[in-house]
Amino acid sequence: MEIIAQRPKALTKLSFTYCPGCLHGVAHRLIAEAVDELGLNDVMTGVAPVGCSVFAYKFFDFDMAQAAHGRAPAVATGIKRARPNMHVFTYQGDGDLAAIGTAEIVHAANRGEHMSVFFVNNAIYGMTGGQMAPTTLPEMKTTTSPYGRKTDDIGFPIRVSELINSLIAPYYIERVSLLTPADIIKAKKAVKKALLYNKEGRGFTFVEFISTCPTNWGIDPLKSREWAKENMLPFFKVGCLRDKGEGVE
Amino acid sequence: MTKVLMKGNEAVAEAAIRSGCRLYFAYPITPQSELIEYMAKMMPKVGGTFLQAESEVAAINMVYGAAGAGRRVMTSSSSPGISLKMEGISYIAGAQLPAVIINVQRGGPGLGDIQPGQSDYFQAVKGGGHGDYHLIVLAPSSVQEFADMAGEAFDLADKYRTAVMILADGMLGQMMEPVEFKPAKTAEEIEALNSQHHDWCICPNVEGPEHHHHEINSLEIDPSVLEQHVYNLYDNYATIEKNELRYESYNVSDDNEILCVAWGTASRIVKSAINELKVEGKSIGMIRPITVWPFPYQEIDAAIGKNVKKVYVFELNMGQMLDDVKIAVNGKVPVDFWGKVGGIVFTPAEIKTKLEECF
Amino acid sequence: MKAEIICAGFGGQGVLTIGKFIAKAGMAEGKHVSWLPSYGPEMRGGTANVSAVVSDEPIASPIVSYPDILVALNQPSLDKFGPTIRPGGVLVVDTGMCPHGLKRDDIQFVAAPFSSIAVEIGSMRVLNMLAIGAVIGRTNIIKYETIEEDLTAFLKAKNPDLLEQNLKAIKRGIEIGKL
Ligand SMILES: Cc1ncc(C[n+]2csc(CCOP(=O)(O)OP(=O)(O)O)c2C)c(N)n1
Repeated sequence: MEIIAQRPKALTKLSFTYCPGCLHGVAHRLIAEAVDELGLNDVMTGVAPVGCSVFAYKFFDFDMAQAAHGRAPAVATGIKRARPNMHVFTYQGDGDLAAIGTAEIVHAANRGEHMSVFFVNNAIYGMTGGQMAPTTLPEMKTTTSPYGRKTDDIGFPIRVSELINSLIAPYYIERVSLLTPADIIKAKKAVKKALLYNKEGRGFTFVEFISTCPTNWGIDPLKSREWAKENMLPFFKVGCLRDKGEGVE
Repeated sequence: MTKVLMKGNEAVAEAAIRSGCRLYFAYPITPQSELIEYMAKMMPKVGGTFLQAESEVAAINMVYGAAGAGRRVMTSSSSPGISLKMEGISYIAGAQLPAVIINVQRGGPGLGDIQPGQSDYFQAVKGGGHGDYHLIVLAPSSVQEFADMAGEAFDLADKYRTAVMILADGMLGQMMEPVEFKPAKTAEEIEALNSQHHDWCICPNVEGPEHHHHEINSLEIDPSVLEQHVYNLYDNYATIEKNELRYESYNVSDDNEILCVAWGTASRIVKSAINELKVEGKSIGMIRPITVWPFPYQEIDAAIGKNVKKVYVFELNMGQMLDDVKIAVNGKVPVDFWGKVGGIVFTPAEIKTKLEECF
Repeated sequence: MKAEIICAGFGGQGVLTIGKFIAKAGMAEGKHVSWLPSYGPEMRGGTANVSAVVSDEPIASPIVSYPDILVALNQPSLDKFGPTIRPGGVLVVDTGMCPHGLKRDDIQFVAAPFSSIAVEIGSMRVLNMLAIGAVIGRTNIIKYETIEEDLTAFLKAKNPDLLEQNLKAIKRGIEIGKL
């Protein structure tokens, strides 16, 4: 019998502990598949954030570090500088990367640090129970924006990929979506490209995933994908912002 | 006022608003999130400012700014977030600013867990940030006391131009108990509190007493000036130690064979074990520091009656306040310690067993 | 008098509310009360539980290790907390949701298909009131009138139909508790 799908080697045997319908598991799987396909298993190391994916260090079956909230790019920098022959990525949510860790991500990107960043944008703080994130949409209600996000008070959602794109050093920046099977196939290509460039030592690579949080949005899993398509995608446009390997700048 | 059933996190937020707090900056973290969420909901209703900062580092610096502008301001977090605030807290101490900081402690070190703990005692009372400074540290043991301390903290902060920390824990934050709120300050009182033009704060020159240059600053580049500044801070701390010490003395008498010392959540559990043993004819007293800085050194010493064989310290950590108790007891009688960590809260039965072993 | 209670079930079954209504009623009756939920990521999609204590004396610890009363609304909760009930204690259990039951002969059972009865009365949303009724019927730790007063103040103006349903559910629960 021909095996057409199986658990990636780069994932441990543990079952994910994410909520029903959460897309963190999909993002994990894409990264793990790409690591397997690129044969990076022995030289890969990931840095887990603080957020729902705080336990990512248990799920990836290669060396993993767990960082303080927002500091993953700094930890990854330390690892990479100490062991240049390891290939490093960070995996971060929008609170972790775009709020408390804004300084760390901007400076790691600006240094063109040789690492990949996988950024999961679900427009909310999942782990702590649905507070406003830097990517929360205008007028969106969360537990700390109970009257809706007021842009004249707290500003607009941050388009992180565009922000990173304003820096000179980064090598590859792409925003993808995890909302439909077709999107996921495209997302896989971006993940693999980021890790390939990482393997080849080309520089800083950044992939943003548009994701969902059914639990804290209070919308069931399927509808939450519809909601994200209608509300997030118009604001966070998917596509490649930069690919120095392909001459896209 | 009638009693309401409320979570500690919400009760302290409500009490802060009633005491005239109109500015609040924080970053979400379990187990204090209900506090920030309550502020998000209520501050706009009272014309106050709620702002979710991008980090605890940012939040405490927003507090520094608002306190420098002479307003009642507060922030809150839990252990890992309080660590991030430590730099800002040191600056607040250096610049002598009044501010209220709440720590709803959880298990540590590092990310630890999200269950209750008391392992930030050293951080709160022995510094935490750099430099010679103290915070007034209030340690509640019930939701009612947690709420009452909000108003008290603001008054102390204003009176002494110092930061005051309320050192609570995940249990006090998460649990609901009946609370009776003190009457809210009137709009006029709050307006007066928040539009003060101290002779030191940043404020428009046109409104208050005329001034040309107020500095909110912790830098004194001239060593002799800095030296004097630190002496001044410590004069202030000495006054606080003299005037503001608070503790509870429970069942302390000459019959005591054991004297317990416990604070916060731990103390209420010790208290119930003492009550159970009292029924069995065993006499045990307890001192509960309510301010853990300033600390009741003399009062603990004075409570060691002639029959006391041992002072027993119980904490939800590996023995932190223990050091202060040892200083207080100063070798007079043996000091024993038992604690639980990792976010595990001991039970009255466990404390009872520990105490029974002493007889 | 001191009653230590654990209510446990799936998130969404209203277990936290059961504890809250009991604690609120205890408070209204002049007792010392506490209410402490399980919190954190453990809750997500899994079981939720709450400890409530109603007592004549001040409450030392709101954490309940050995409940006098357990309200179990799903099998995982029953498996986890069933063995911890104090001998002589009370188990209020939804037999429809707990197919494997609990084998103990030193506790009192108030067993009924509460979820189905709730649907019969009109909505799954009254499941928690049925459970509260069952606790009142068997233990008298709080009075029916106190809960009625609380609910009336809360719902009378807003939703009188829901109030009726809720009161009906509590009364039905009390009958079951008395059996
Ligand atoms: C210093 C510090 N502050 C706050 C927290 C609490 N905290 C844990 S996760 C989180 C938000 C994570 O949100 P996001 O990055 O969007 O990831 P998600 O949970 O949505 O996957 C916060 C605020 C912490 N652990 N450390």
